[in-house]
Amino acid sequence: MSVQAGAPTTLRHKSANAAARRRIDQAMRVVLAACLLVAVIPLALIVLVTLQQGLSTLSLEFLTTTQPLSYRAFGGGFLHGLVGTALMVGIAVLISVPMGIAASVFLVEYRANRLARPVRFFTDVMTGVPSIFVGLFVYAALVREAGIGFGTLVGGVALSILMLPIVVRSAEEILKLVPADLRSASTALGARRWQTTLFVVLPAAAPGLLTGVMLAVARGAGETAPLILTAFGTSYLVTDLFGRAQTALPLLIFEQARQPFEAAQGRAWAGALELVALVLLLTIAARLIATRGGYQR
Amino acid sequence: MMATATETQIEEQMTGLTASPTTPSAENDRPPTSVFSLRGVSVYYGGYRAVRDINLELERNRVTALIGPSGSGKSTLLRSLNRMNDLVPGARVAGQVLYNGENIYDADIDAVEVRRRIGMVFQKPNPFPKSIYDNVAFGLRLNGVRSGLDDLVEVSLRRAALWDEVKDKLRQSGLSLSGGQQQRLCIARAIATSPDVILMDEPASALDPHATLRIEELMMDLKRNYTIVVVTHNMQQAARASDETVFLNMGEDRAGYVVEQGPTAQIFTNPQNRLTEDYVSGRFG
Amino acid sequence: MLTADQSARPPIGGRGRGRFADVAFRWLVTAAGAAVLLILALMIGTTTVEAWPVFVKEGLGFLTSTDWRPGPSRTEITGSYGGAAFLWGTAVSSLIAIIIAVPLAIGIALFLTQLAPGWLRRPASYAVDLLAMIPSVVIGLWALLFFVPVVIYPVMELLAGTIGQVIPLFAGPPTVRSLFAAGIVLALMIMPIITALLREIFDTVPADERYAAFAVGATRWEVMRHVILPRSRPGIIGASMLGLGRALGETIAVLMVVGGSPSIVIELFRPAQTIAGQIASGFAEASPEGISGLIALGVALFGLTILINVAARAIVWRLGETRGDAAL
Repeated sequence: MSVQAGAPTTLRHKSANAAARRRIDQAMRVVLAACLLVAVIPLALIVLVTLQQGLSTLSLEFLTTTQPLSYRAFGGGFLHGLVGTALMVGIAVLISVPMGIAASVFLVEYRANRLARPVRFFTDVMTGVPSIFVGLFVYAALVREAGIGFGTLVGGVALSILMLPIVVRSAEEILKLVPADLRSASTALGARRWQTTLFVVLPAAAPGLLTGVMLAVARGAGETAPLILTAFGTSYLVTDLFGRAQTALPLLIFEQARQPFEAAQGRAWAGALELVALVLLLTIAARLIATRGGYQR
Repeated sequence: MMATATETQIEEQMTGLTASPTTPSAENDRPPTSVFSLRGVSVYYGGYRAVRDINLELERNRVTALIGPSGSGKSTLLRSLNRMNDLVPGARVAGQVLYNGENIYDADIDAVEVRRRIGMVFQKPNPFPKSIYDNVAFGLRLNGVRSGLDDLVEVSLRRAALWDEVKDKLRQSGLSLSGGQQQRLCIARAIATSPDVILMDEPASALDPHATLRIEELMMDLKRNYTIVVVTHNMQQAARASDETVFLNMGEDRAGYVVEQGPTAQIFTNPQNRLTEDYVSGRFG
Repeated sequence: MLTADQSARPPIGGRGRGRFADVAFRWLVTAAGAAVLLILALMIGTTTVEAWPVFVKEGLGFLTSTDWRPGPSRTEITGSYGGAAFLWGTAVSSLIAIIIAVPLAIGIALFLTQLAPGWLRRPASYAVDLLAMIPSVVIGLWALLFFVPVVIYPVMELLAGTIGQVIPLFAGPPTVRSLFAAGIVLALMIMPIITALLREIFDTVPADERYAAFAVGATRWEVMRHVILPRSRPGIIGASMLGLGRALGETIAVLMVVGGSPSIVIELFRPAQTIAGQIASGFAEASPEGISGLIALGVALFGLTILINVAARAIVWRLGETRGDAAL
């Protein structure tokens, strides 16, 4: 208080409610730290339990053979799922990456265009579309209307629609980071717009673009719902693009997990371990490339 | 700004916030004239030392100006007086910062208590996005004051020379005021909790000359009730508005140190140290 | 670098060739951008057309009736398609998820931005983000075979035995597959996204205001409560809505633990069914008209999700701080 009021008071004396305020502050610090634990513990549990359960079934046989005819039987593997995932994700990459990067070039290089704002907005909207709805669309349009039937190709198309917005938005962020100086230098040398973009900007953005693609692939590889409606699932190893139903790693996990048999559940755990390892590898590799290439996300 | 009857009543009410136990320094019958006593204070940010071996006495009810070139550690030193450096990760204070004889960095002292007694006004006015009334009442409410807020808010705004301009629009947002008014609002907010000391970090550097002058007048006025420590890079301001001046410089090790301190008049007209003379005559900095 | 010999320079010409490529390039990328709009439009159009006969036949009953009995026809709509039970399941499970996930996300984001020591902040944020990358089917498997039986079920039993005797909401006997389990699983899945968004939002509260509050003698918690949270209110709402949108559309993990019972149940500890879950589980054996019914469900879900997503982005974008891919 002002000095005229009397002798100065010690700092150690707490005023009226200071003790209570301090207690509340300390209590809240504990509560907030506990919140973090509540989030991290399930993550640890998921990784640990999947590891523990999956390792007991995971084997070379699992990675190289297809499932047994009966859910009840032990042994066998998810090779057909791995192949199906690889094929469909491959198709999805072939469709969504060129289109996605082209669209992101549009958003960055031609952002004054009247279409740019709606495209950006609706791409954002598309990231929120339920994956099962995408499956319904591809089913209705290709499997039913066009009569192509279930299979690898339509599954790949469904995945590509899911991956497309991810590729577009992440590529856009990366392209925006390429310094304007680079473009200026290229233009000053007499390059045309398309040459600058293709030969200067895209190569400069390559690590970041690769990161975005890898994250999109990680997402696509983990999708189940849209594949139920397009690939449909099978117990056989299929490499045909159409004419036969196809399966994928997540689909197999889904099917086997719901069986009441220990053998099937064991395979589901092993498949889950395989899938998580795949996804985590892709994610971590993507981040490494991103930081190595100098892009902060 | 005369103390009204209300103001005296309120002062008495406020002593309830900072009740009776006194400093255990039995040899003093009257309060010491220095509010702050710095003994060998160094401030480190991680491994880098920002200020080195500061020994300083800051007088009560005086305006003390901290001047010096950029990088001389003025702001760091100021912030160590109310433990705002605690908020910077890796910041560390060595030495003793004695406030009324007690080291504010002692382990059993709560920084919150320190900051209640030692207020701060920042370079860029930073009122909360609340009403003018709520800005001033903020600290009071934190301390559990529920009744008598209206009077306390009025006293603070009067002392900050802002009352007449805002008394009819207390419910309007603090951000709707001009820059100079916002800064005076921040001063009112700081003095609402009846601190002993007000620290000011270049309080007028973001304001136009007219508003600057008002802040300087205010500083001279406030020292009746508070101790003011102000960092400024504006030497004319230091010469005009302060009683004591401390001149800091950046050493070869990039740490700030005290070159000279003394009454303002003496520092500016008859400095003892060559460096001081060079600085105040504008030869560097 | 001027050459004195002008004749050595190549002629400035080649017009038309490069310029044509530029125009073609522009058309190409514009078409790619437009393709995104086209795909979205096609999605909405095709599904609505397929579902239209169902909407026409059921009318408002689609949303209010619980009578879900698809017919066997290949050409017309003969069955009844009351989807209220699935709407209920979706709404309740998502609500449970939001009630759990939002306060948790606020707590984590506050901890990470205000309290966590420097060395902890990056790894902890990374860990929370990692949770979002785990495929839905793996979370479903883990929940179905481990988490719900081992952790959640005992809790449900405890609650059903105590407050369940008084409040019908928590009445037992609990089943492993239940609305409650679905809500918990959803909470786990949407929490990372909301946390990531909130971290960005809390980081944009001006440091000035925080310092001003500290300087007046506020404690850490008081700064969070009186400065950061009030400032972030629109962002918190927007982030919660985005999380809600994600919860509504989540299919697989929920399907595996919700139980698949197509009726409206008050008891949270009993099985139920969600819209997305019904689509996925009913598909394999559905007749052509049955599939139209499922598509109708999908359109309803899409409409609901889009509404919430667009509103959320409008609120979040108004702050101008968030990047779109943070919502991934």
